[in-house]
Amino acid sequence: MTREITGAQSLVHSLEAVGAEVVFGIPGGAILPAYDPLFDSTRVRHILVRHEQGAGHAAEGYAQATGRVGVCMATSGPGATNLVTPIADAYMDSVPMVAITGQVASASIGTDAFQEADICGITLPITKHNFLVQSADDIPRTIAEAFHLAGTGRPGPVLVDLPKDILQAATRVLPHEVWPPTLDLPGYRPVTRPHAKQVREAARLISASRRPVLYVGGGVLKARAAAQLRTLAEMTGIPVVTTLMARGAFPDSHPQHLGMPGMHGSVAAVTALQKADLLITLGARFDDRVTGKLASFAPKAAVIHADIDPAEIGKNRTADVPIVGDCREVINELISALVAEDRPDLEGWWRTLDGWRRTYPLGYDTPPDGALAPQYVIERLGRICGPETIFSAGVGQHQMWAAQFIAYEHPYTWLNSGGAGTMGYSVPAAMGAKVGRPEATVWAIDGDGCFQMTNQELATCALEGIPIKVAVINNGSLGMVRQWQTLFYDQRYSNTELGTHPASPRTGVKRVPDFVRLAEALGGVGLRCESAGEVDETIEKAMAIDDAPVVVDFVVHPDAMVWPMVAAGSSNDEIRVARDLAPDFDYSGDAEVNL
Amino acid sequence: MRTTHTLSVLVENRPGVLARVSGLFSRRGFNIESLAVGPTEHADVSRMTIVVAVDDLPLEQVTKQLNKLVNVLKIVEMDTSVSVQRELLLVKVRADLAVRSQVLETVALFRAKVVDVAPDAVTIEATGTRDKLDALIRMLEPFGIRELVQSGMVALGRGSRSITDRSLRAVERSA
Repeated sequence: MTREITGAQSLVHSLEAVGAEVVFGIPGGAILPAYDPLFDSTRVRHILVRHEQGAGHAAEGYAQATGRVGVCMATSGPGATNLVTPIADAYMDSVPMVAITGQVASASIGTDAFQEADICGITLPITKHNFLVQSADDIPRTIAEAFHLAGTGRPGPVLVDLPKDILQAATRVLPHEVWPPTLDLPGYRPVTRPHAKQVREAARLISASRRPVLYVGGGVLKARAAAQLRTLAEMTGIPVVTTLMARGAFPDSHPQHLGMPGMHGSVAAVTALQKADLLITLGARFDDRVTGKLASFAPKAAVIHADIDPAEIGKNRTADVPIVGDCREVINELISALVAEDRPDLEGWWRTLDGWRRTYPLGYDTPPDGALAPQYVIERLGRICGPETIFSAGVGQHQMWAAQFIAYEHPYTWLNSGGAGTMGYSVPAAMGAKVGRPEATVWAIDGDGCFQMTNQELATCALEGIPIKVAVINNGSLGMVRQWQTLFYDQRYSNTELGTHPASPRTGVKRVPDFVRLAEALGGVGLRCESAGEVDETIEKAMAIDDAPVVVDFVVHPDAMVWPMVAAGSSNDEIRVARDLAPDFDYSGDAEVNL
Repeated sequence: MRTTHTLSVLVENRPGVLARVSGLFSRRGFNIESLAVGPTEHADVSRMTIVVAVDDLPLEQVTKQLNKLVNVLKIVEMDTSVSVQRELLLVKVRADLAVRSQVLETVALFRAKVVDVAPDAVTIEATGTRDKLDALIRMLEPFGIRELVQSGMVALGRGSRSITDRSLRAVERSA
């Protein structure tokens, strides 16, 4: 007689078979059957988080640092809905993730049962796909399909909802006997191989271009194509810009790297796109934060647009040469096609670009009152910790400074929430990254606002032996919102003061919360740094601690702003290097590149 | 200028697929004018006929987004000139003895048929294109329309070719 197992055992055995090594989650009523066999698994490590949002972002951080599919687990109802934010985040940033949720028993579905939520319905618009499992026999195939969907094509989150009775039911379909199960996904056929004719046409345009730019997005990292990109860039001599999602895809120290484009991009990167005659767009999606006012973005440029998702091509900007395919294959094919073509003559273009770079480097002012400049803290973090360190950022000013002032030399060393802009991402994502890459130093660069959204995961880190480091760039307020209030709302600081500074002028409250004591309460080490002179030694002290999570409260100047900036909805031509200060482009002598 | 497009969408016959498709239209900002779903010659495949009024460029975007749905097998736009497009209309019209013969004359004129009769009303069934059914409704309005229901449009390409052949083979392979 065939052996019988429960649906819950089938789930755990399937996770083992698919190679999931870690699951971030919290048990509860409906998912409880799964936690019993999980208790016995020697191949799947479960990390008990403090909030399901932390589980989701940890799975994202794990996935983004390792390239493997991240897994999070929650119970039905509120457990599942707490995963909604990280699922939406993973959807926006194409992060491969499988979310496993318990559901009330099949017979109770639709009755407003205790802890019931239609999580498949809720996550319909924010998942690549989701499954409500209807038979324990289907569990191995569904798990295999979920991982396949999450990790192939354009990666994304996939949710598997498991009613409690399905987890408890007996099944004779044994994962280790059927693995790998036959996938039943007739409508899923991602195109990875680019069309040869389109590649040839792209090579011809590249060869004839005078002001080309390689506009590189997160798709290049997803395709693990950083090495290929470097070959393509070096053989053609074309300048490279890396978007917020692509930082690390091309070494910042490389002479052909112009930096990050977009709302807070470098003058050289933003203006190179504006003045280009050809954009070679690789795995980027013409996001509004990059293009500014779309109608005036790169007005003279022809566009080559390569992406694995055909729906991205032509969505925001018409492509002259559309290429559907995996970026690594596309770049490899482009390299082959370019062998037969002439190299573009870019001498005049580089003279212009170098002029912009020289005149408008990234920079910042040291605060006049001797207060600590946040940019300085972040710059020193990058220098002292080195290019092997993984940095994970929250969302806001500190995120932009971390994107600007740390030199990323390697792929997968920069993790952030780009599309969704999820405050609270950094601490749990750093935790997930550290679990996936335990040998690496992992720093969360967080704001005092973001940190208060998810810092409870430090308790998880302390108990599970995940020694991440957190730099709280504490400016006492919701800094990016405050910056917009400074610039666009007459300095009326409505509800942006947080009281986390030593003495808040409005409330008079001192350090609520006190991040040093908070870190200690959560089982970590708390350090504080309030002047430029202490920055290096504080960072070194934090680097020396490797047996506990460390939080450094960097108390920084409250008025520092992120520059350059293109105001939302404005043309990229309206870039400001500081308040009311536009670059003064000297186009004389540039006649040869016909700007 | 918005133009009307008819999309034939072959989908896996599974629970929730209609919600995935209709949800995609609404969240991308498109209004569905008409929607019909039904079985096909293959038990695992359903066919949706969706009529939507959009410009060509957003239509391309919605088609691409639809194609990304894992349960969607194939999408074909049905050009009016090379496809047969039909809707079904059931309409209950006031028709006492005084006007019944006039009503029946209109029914005959449109090659519609009476499917139910009461002393003071008849129920008429008609199939046809949007234009034909609109014309019929206009002709019946003076008698007094008591109740009316219409199906979504269904469409099939003319000639011997079938849009289901290849995608159905894919389903059979995976089954």
